[in-house]
Amino acid sequence: MKSPPLIWLGFSATLAASVLVARASGDESRVHLAVGAGSELVQSRCAICHSLDYIPMNSPFLTRTAWEAEVRKMIKVMGAPVAEPEVAPIVDYLSAHYGAE
Amino acid sequence: MTTRRTLLHATAQGLTLAATSLLGRSAWADLPRGAADAAALDTLPGKKALLRRSFRPPNYETPPEYFNDVITPNERFFVRWHLASIPQIDARTWRLAVGGDAATQELQLSLDQLKHDFEPAELVAVCQCSGNRRGFSDPHVPGVQWGAGAMGNARWKGVRLKDILARAGIRKDTVEVAFNGADRAPLDVTPAFVKSIPAWKAMDENTLVAYEMSGAPLPHWNGFPARIVVPGWTATYWMKQVSVIRALAQPLTSYWMNTAYRMPKGKFPVVDRFVSQESETSTPITEILVNSLITQPVDGARLAPEMPVVVAGLAWDGGAGVRRIEVSTDGGRTWNTGELGTDLGRFSFRPWTFSFTPGAPRHQLIMARASNAQGTTQPSELIFNPPGYHNNVVQKIAVEIA
Repeated sequence: MKSPPLIWLGFSATLAASVLVARASGDESRVHLAVGAGSELVQSRCAICHSLDYIPMNSPFLTRTAWEAEVRKMIKVMGAPVAEPEVAPIVDYLSAHYGAE
Repeated sequence: MTTRRTLLHATAQGLTLAATSLLGRSAWADLPRGAADAAALDTLPGKKALLRRSFRPPNYETPPEYFNDVITPNERFFVRWHLASIPQIDARTWRLAVGGDAATQELQLSLDQLKHDFEPAELVAVCQCSGNRRGFSDPHVPGVQWGAGAMGNARWKGVRLKDILARAGIRKDTVEVAFNGADRAPLDVTPAFVKSIPAWKAMDENTLVAYEMSGAPLPHWNGFPARIVVPGWTATYWMKQVSVIRALAQPLTSYWMNTAYRMPKGKFPVVDRFVSQESETSTPITEILVNSLITQPVDGARLAPEMPVVVAGLAWDGGAGVRRIEVSTDGGRTWNTGELGTDLGRFSFRPWTFSFTPGAPRHQLIMARASNAQGTTQPSELIFNPPGYHNNVVQKIAVEIA
């Protein structure tokens, strides 16, 4: 099996013709997360790739274990730059404010 | 819990949606409270107001009332992206690269070439997100908490993918045909959103590279200047802003094929298989399951006793073709056959109606279920699955006869 980047390599020039826009749409500063321990860490890490409305949208039904699975997926699969010691405070925050009731 | 009626008190545009027909009762669980509270009508550039689920990447669904039309208006067509960097494409410089290790030559096609060097093809087809209605899952599962509006029906015009592949000299050993789009993740390490379909589906005469949507260029948010159209299959394969098409002699290795958009084998009554991507226990999602939607009356409507009422809605499936709509006005105890309307082709929404006269004052549950040419019908209980795909459980709406 080949690795996916190789498949597309010869065609990266196609993208050069277009201008990448960093922010897809709208005024996401309207999203306000609950204030509490870990909130700044959550905002600085999660908002690199997606708006923070993903968090309240997925609440309140995820257990602490389920929130941790989401965070670890973001790290392992999506490459979120979250250091191991940051995982617990992020998961604590998510389950405290957006966890299953 | 937040009631369905408060769910859509979305006022971003000064609009309030009272209609709650899509939010059902009983058979459809409530949206998660956080998703219900955050839902708001919002307008992306070039579109009209949609129900926003997330800002970035943009995920917006079609509000209920636009399913009164069989063709979903382009400006109200749902928007779904996985990765947040979505380029504005200049149609003059855009090129579609076609090739792959199972093609004998590489092509670089301009939009003009697509429009003039190939025979155009046109069809009506439903584009439905695999996770449409995920928000109604019971129990709830993580993901975009879609209501019933992550779908739309359009007349797609473009070029048959098989004609493009023929020009690239597709070889007999092609296993899959893969697509990449121009979107990218903010981080280079995030897996690119690349997808593939089996060679047999790529060579199907209905599979298109579409440059027109219901008589107009595709809206930016729906994949301008061209997207893949895979009639009958869920929207995950309908690559937007398609920039690369590759004929592959080996199955594609991609997070978005090997891990995401998969479900347990045998869980759903699907017919189409994607053998080259199957594992012993799981399979990629394939065709859309038979489904229906009640658009009239809306949930919570008050109807007058002894006055005839028309129940109306849409039905669709993965291309076998809708054959029957049944409506119950007594909460599922008895079922009556409704009337199917205009047939725009086997991949299209099919409108339907059913007339009845309510009796004495009371509360009444109206339900609808569609069946297709394969004899498959909608389940009365949700087929639960962790990714929340294929929610086609029978919808119930409550009306008051008073």
